[in-house]
Amino acid sequence: MADAAAPAAAAPAGRRARLRTDLRHQPGFTPMAWVCIVFLYAPIAVLIAFSFNDNRSVVRWTEFSFRWYVEAFGNEGIRNATVISFQVATVATLFSTIFATMAALATTRTRPYRGQTLAYAIVNQPLMVPEIVTAVATLALFTIIKKATGITGIGYLMLAHTVFCIPFAYMPIRARLEDMNLTLEQAAADLYAPPFQVFRRVTLPLLMPGIFAGVMLAFVVSLDDVIITLLVAGPGETTLPIYILGQIRRGITPEINAVSTLLLGLSLIFVTLFFLIGKQRKT
Amino acid sequence: MQQRTDTPGADRAMVQAERVTKTFGRGADGVTALDDVSVTIRENEFFTLLGPSGCGKTTLLRLIAGFELPSAGRILLDGAEIGHLPPYRRPVNTVFQNYALFPHMTVAQNIAFGLEMQGKPTAEIGGTVARMLDLVKMERLADRRTDQLSGGQQQRVALARALAPHPKVLLLDEPLSALDLKLRKEMQIELKRLQNETGITFVFVTHDQEEALTMSDRIAVMATGEILQVGTPKDIYNHPARRFVADFIGDINILDVDLDKIDEGRGVVRLPGGATASAALPEAEMRPGAVSVAIRPENVLLTGPEDGARTATGEIERVVYFGSAHNVHIRLDDGPPIVARAPHAPGGAGDRAGVILPDEHLQVLVD
Repeated sequence: MADAAAPAAAAPAGRRARLRTDLRHQPGFTPMAWVCIVFLYAPIAVLIAFSFNDNRSVVRWTEFSFRWYVEAFGNEGIRNATVISFQVATVATLFSTIFATMAALATTRTRPYRGQTLAYAIVNQPLMVPEIVTAVATLALFTIIKKATGITGIGYLMLAHTVFCIPFAYMPIRARLEDMNLTLEQAAADLYAPPFQVFRRVTLPLLMPGIFAGVMLAFVVSLDDVIITLLVAGPGETTLPIYILGQIRRGITPEINAVSTLLLGLSLIFVTLFFLIGKQRKT
Repeated sequence: MQQRTDTPGADRAMVQAERVTKTFGRGADGVTALDDVSVTIRENEFFTLLGPSGCGKTTLLRLIAGFELPSAGRILLDGAEIGHLPPYRRPVNTVFQNYALFPHMTVAQNIAFGLEMQGKPTAEIGGTVARMLDLVKMERLADRRTDQLSGGQQQRVALARALAPHPKVLLLDEPLSALDLKLRKEMQIELKRLQNETGITFVFVTHDQEEALTMSDRIAVMATGEILQVGTPKDIYNHPARRFVADFIGDINILDVDLDKIDEGRGVVRLPGGATASAALPEAEMRPGAVSVAIRPENVLLTGPEDGARTATGEIERVVYFGSAHNVHIRLDDGPPIVARAPHAPGGAGDRAGVILPDEHLQVLVD
């Protein structure tokens, strides 16, 4: 009798517990989720749709066409801006990831030292300072250097991008290092691996997913930057976001829609690629 | 000061700790994990460091491996001082508590790692890896990734990886604690077999006294950063020198008695009930007065309350059956409780019984 009653009593309790933990059953969850999704993605959907509109207007749909993509490819300004953007992002990603990896190792894989917390704060500081402040400060410093040395060029822009990308690359790498079991490195040392071999054969391979995530973040952040680039970039160093910004001042054209759609597609491919590589490395 | 004893075979010292102290932290916050510890581990020996958590056993192991450096004292391996060498320059290998297998390598690659780092030629590495896989019976899983293995299999890979470079000493840091009971028993036998087959000195850390007694040639019992007693399992079990050792290993009765005098190397003690008995003395210097004397429950003999040979009489408080025997809890008349282990219960709660405490099983303890 008691045995028969027990499962019957347990069932509603189990159901209640499941209802509490299952998000979908919380009141208002579904409409709220839809509101968020619409707010996030409706503008992008509109942007993509009108990039295929065979019309100068971005408010009135007429006919499907690739016309604006053809025009965008034919536009020398867009082509140049794309090349500049990719050059800057590649250089900035490469160096910022290297520095971020070294910083992450120095803040997690050493005996605790005085100023370790300070080092951590300094690496992350650019995330806290308003970007416009960094931009103005960088501009002022670069102006002084340019005047003093007479050297000009795209190197300044690349340097600025490298610097603000470091904390973005640093975060996932440090997180991965903190997750990693220290005994693996001890085991390698125990098996006659000197420090460099421990790093090459054990730490680095296991760190790869973190480094990939860092590369991805740094690249996207560099590609996307407006404020610092706007102030630091010299003549002829127009990146894609700056070009788009310039064009929009003269009114939105479907050509801008097409370029933005391409940029979106590219970053999606990029993110997917690194996600897959990271996943493959981990398993 | 080289203490190398080059007699071939049995008693050659393999690992020596000489007055080793290890302190973590500094000043008032400092914690002494090892306090002036000296111990000699012999070649080909299965040596166990046994003690509760925080006793310093793992610290001593890590000092031998090189993951920690001693605050004071020397550590010698095969006669040479190694106390300040980094881990990769010490011909010792470790089996870690959580195995620490490289997750990005296969079983075979894990086993080959140490050999590669030693710079062995490829052909030799292949041969050794194959022999190791055979030794731990993992041939069929050579190309598996380590995260696809069960706990017992990971354990075997960790052993093979640590044994492959043929270290002078294999250090094992509670390697069986993550396994379930049945597997743990199997691995105890397996470890003993591996030690016999490889002839390598094993230093094994555990808090499990049964494990220590089963596998070891000799045991060092540790507590609060000190080694309390070193001896064979039989020594440790039958003749514990310290109260802590007696208490920590197995079940034991500890009685507060008076030591009357010392006679021909044995202590004459007055037992509860008034009888005198001759008990074994520990190595330390003893003076007459209040002492503790220990006897294992299986050495306490039960007899009738009127038996002339009885040492004391008392009343049975309860009888606990645990499969292979009974524990009979007896309250001695005007005295302490005592437990006797017997295949058959002589009676039930409330019955009178006599106990015999044979001289040869009485051991005086140092507190």
